[in-house]
Amino acid sequence: MYEAVIGLEVHLQLATRTKAFCSCSTEFGKAPNSQVCQVCLGFPGALPVLNRTALDLAIKVGLALNCSAQEHTKFDRKNYFYPDLPKNYQISQYDLPLARNGFLDICLEDNSKRIGIRRVHLEEDAGKLIHRSDKSLVDFNRAGIPLLEIVSEPDINSPEEAHEYLRELKKILEYLEVSDCDMEKGSLRCDANISLRKKGTKALGVKSELKNMNSFKAVREALGFEITRQSQMLAAGEALAQETRLWDEKKGETFPMRTKEEAQDYRYFPEPDLPLFVIDKDKIAAIKSTIPALPREMMRRLEEYGLSRYESGILADFKQDAGFAGRCFDIYPHKNKKPLTNFLIGPLLSEANSRGCMMSELGITPEGLIELLSLLDEGKISNLVAKAALSEMIETKKPAAEIIAKKNLMQISDTAELEGIIKDVIKENQKSADDFRSGKGGALMFLVGQVMKKTAGKANPKAVQGILKERLKE
Amino acid sequence: MKEGKATSQAILECLYNNINRIDSKVKAYVRLGPAATPTEPASAGPLCGIPVSFKDNICTEGLATECCSRILRGFRPPYDATVARKLKAAGALIFGIKTNMDEFAFGSSTENSFLGATRNPWDLERVPGGSSGGSAAAVAANEAIFALGSDTGGSIRQPASFCGVVGMKPTYGRVSRLGLIAFASSLDQIGPIAKDVRDAALLMNVIAGYDPCDSTSVDTGVPDYTRALVNDIKGMKIGMPREYFVEGIDPEVKSIVEESINKLRELGADCREVSLPHTEYAVPVYYIIATAEASSNLARFDGVQYGLRVGDKGGSGGLLDMYCRTRAEGFGQEAKRRIILGTFVLSHGYYDAYYLRALKVRTLIKLDFDKVFEGFDCIVTPTSPTAAFKLGEKVEDPLKMYLSDIYTISANLAGIPAMSIPCGFTKNGLPVGLQLLARPFAEETLFRAAYSYEQNTPWHKIRPKINSGNG
Repeated sequence: MYEAVIGLEVHLQLATRTKAFCSCSTEFGKAPNSQVCQVCLGFPGALPVLNRTALDLAIKVGLALNCSAQEHTKFDRKNYFYPDLPKNYQISQYDLPLARNGFLDICLEDNSKRIGIRRVHLEEDAGKLIHRSDKSLVDFNRAGIPLLEIVSEPDINSPEEAHEYLRELKKILEYLEVSDCDMEKGSLRCDANISLRKKGTKALGVKSELKNMNSFKAVREALGFEITRQSQMLAAGEALAQETRLWDEKKGETFPMRTKEEAQDYRYFPEPDLPLFVIDKDKIAAIKSTIPALPREMMRRLEEYGLSRYESGILADFKQDAGFAGRCFDIYPHKNKKPLTNFLIGPLLSEANSRGCMMSELGITPEGLIELLSLLDEGKISNLVAKAALSEMIETKKPAAEIIAKKNLMQISDTAELEGIIKDVIKENQKSADDFRSGKGGALMFLVGQVMKKTAGKANPKAVQGILKERLKE
Repeated sequence: MKEGKATSQAILECLYNNINRIDSKVKAYVRLGPAATPTEPASAGPLCGIPVSFKDNICTEGLATECCSRILRGFRPPYDATVARKLKAAGALIFGIKTNMDEFAFGSSTENSFLGATRNPWDLERVPGGSSGGSAAAVAANEAIFALGSDTGGSIRQPASFCGVVGMKPTYGRVSRLGLIAFASSLDQIGPIAKDVRDAALLMNVIAGYDPCDSTSVDTGVPDYTRALVNDIKGMKIGMPREYFVEGIDPEVKSIVEESINKLRELGADCREVSLPHTEYAVPVYYIIATAEASSNLARFDGVQYGLRVGDKGGSGGLLDMYCRTRAEGFGQEAKRRIILGTFVLSHGYYDAYYLRALKVRTLIKLDFDKVFEGFDCIVTPTSPTAAFKLGEKVEDPLKMYLSDIYTISANLAGIPAMSIPCGFTKNGLPVGLQLLARPFAEETLFRAAYSYEQNTPWHKIRPKINSGNG
């Protein structure tokens, strides 16, 4: 009956070496107030100087989100009092953000949807308050770190779409290498605006702004809670208040922080300490040329190798992995890429996951991986051995052939050798042999297993099966 | 000094003697800081061994800089303003730290200082002008060789005029603002206050120039300003804006200024009437833009990091209470008035009607000057409509006080350089100032015109006599 109208505001710390308006380090986790100077502490007489790298990264994000980069951009002061804000104003951007009118395509179950990006602007982060029982402390290390605000259009209609938007956005940001996108460290944060309206109507309802969601999952849950809360109120004929609400993770509900009447008047005006910045076409073109192929493009490329959307989606989650997979596919000699696909999203991905790193960071080269895979494809080693050899390769950094030769793991397909072993196995498992002969087909697999066990997995299971069947007929 | 006729030691002794003798009356300094150590000029630095006094809003590392405000009591900046750094590099002695001023440069009489008013050396019953009243009075009373002031709407030129000394507001972007505690960032400039035009040029030679740490400073070469000190203005085209010689100007000041314009004519300048039609809007535009920026610039004085903090111990009011009490007790009347006015003009629903419109009119004022400078080298006006007024005369009437800057404000709005030089005395023996304005970065034109006038008039040689006795 009701349709949710959702817009998301994402704040992203840019991974610059120094802060947005001074040369202090942005390194995370240092002793409180050890990375500060008169500028980021807002001392009297101090003046900001824009970090051009931050501006370039910000424009890069704007362009990657299909925004039109603005040729003129300026900074404004957003005025409000808070102890984590050293100057009691934040240098931000108001009416001339550096990029606007873009979009982001998200994948839904069976189609995709385009979500508008209203604006992307650059601002400075605030410090961090640490509350003790009897006092509050401020750490200004974070103050002045360049922060990008990415504001979507209210084109999102469900918590799931919101979740997918955030996932897709994060993926793109990671591809661009502009931020570590770590929500736990606070380098990526998200606020949401949500209102409900009757399906089929155009007018927007009264919105609430949701804050304090520390994961994408929390965003989805908070939105879900809000939809229930707002629709119940509307159904009961109650009036909603425009307000800011905080998400309580433990209770799984939102509660009001301030209403519209208490809303702050930020008194934006142009930052007189910084000039108007002109970003010419050449500069924009130069930044554009640094944008790599993005997740969607990588998926498309992988799908050209015959991968399903699901498979390409997994491999394109991270730029490094997508690139790594692409190089593997390029040199894989067989037309059918399925065995490689399976190996990548099977053993290789699980090795990466268990080690908490990217596939590309395992120390395996595409060439090394293809060598291993060729041995498997040619029937020289079994799947089991291939997995074991992969772990060994990661540990020792030695090539597959060397590991397999050294440990004598080459698959036994030699009939003469297998004949002897199979003879022994039949002898030792007379009952199972009899069972098979009397028509219990399942007994065959038990016997194959025994052969595998005896050969430490090296026997070629197909060959074993063939020989076993022959011998058991006798 | 190079000829051995003066020594750094002798200069310092002379200044300290004068200060000891008369500063209890003039009150030009709010603090003297540690005694300066004389440096005898060897080869190092154009100002080697020469003391320079600082207005209380220019940061000097480790030395109190309080803007004559209670809220900044005890504040010692951890860094030097760019001008202080440059002066040190030029061998100058950082001396007399610091001179009195209206709190945060809010005022035209130096009466708004938390540390008490400065007196005009020409008449101790009168104000020295403001807000750089301490600097101007110190130079006039020979308690300083020269001094730095800051000028947001006339704060160097008007006190220079009241005290009979030379004061220059450079082009916006000519001198780094880094380390100048901001009043209105888009209007503020640091500039010299000196006994004569040559001294002002010498000081400008050191402090002017691009500073990559001030994004509003302009990257253009600095000429040797002393080379502009040429006694020749034949053929110089000088405009007299008719809007500056109408109602509100003291008749005596008017006739003194007109006499000096005749002098300029005598010297060969081509002086003609011009029009700056948007002049009448300068004061209202200024008080919107300047207070808006000030309300934001002064927000940082909140008791959290430095300066005064009231009400953090044992109070139950918490943060908001601390903010309110600190700012209520820390700021003076005029600072509060301007913060409230600035906050109002930036408020939702009023921004377009006030701030945005003021920015537009500011552009019109600038265009007025651009137009005149198409045909003229400089503009001449009175610096202030009156000579120095009495202490307390205008302090209760802010509007009257604001009009004291009516002739100086436009230069800040337009960003152009302007200078005040002594041009005569009233019957009461009070100095009157002549203001010269030029196009952006044409400080040399001002120096040339001012120097020529000075070389042909006696005013800069006349110094006030201050009775050191009691009463």
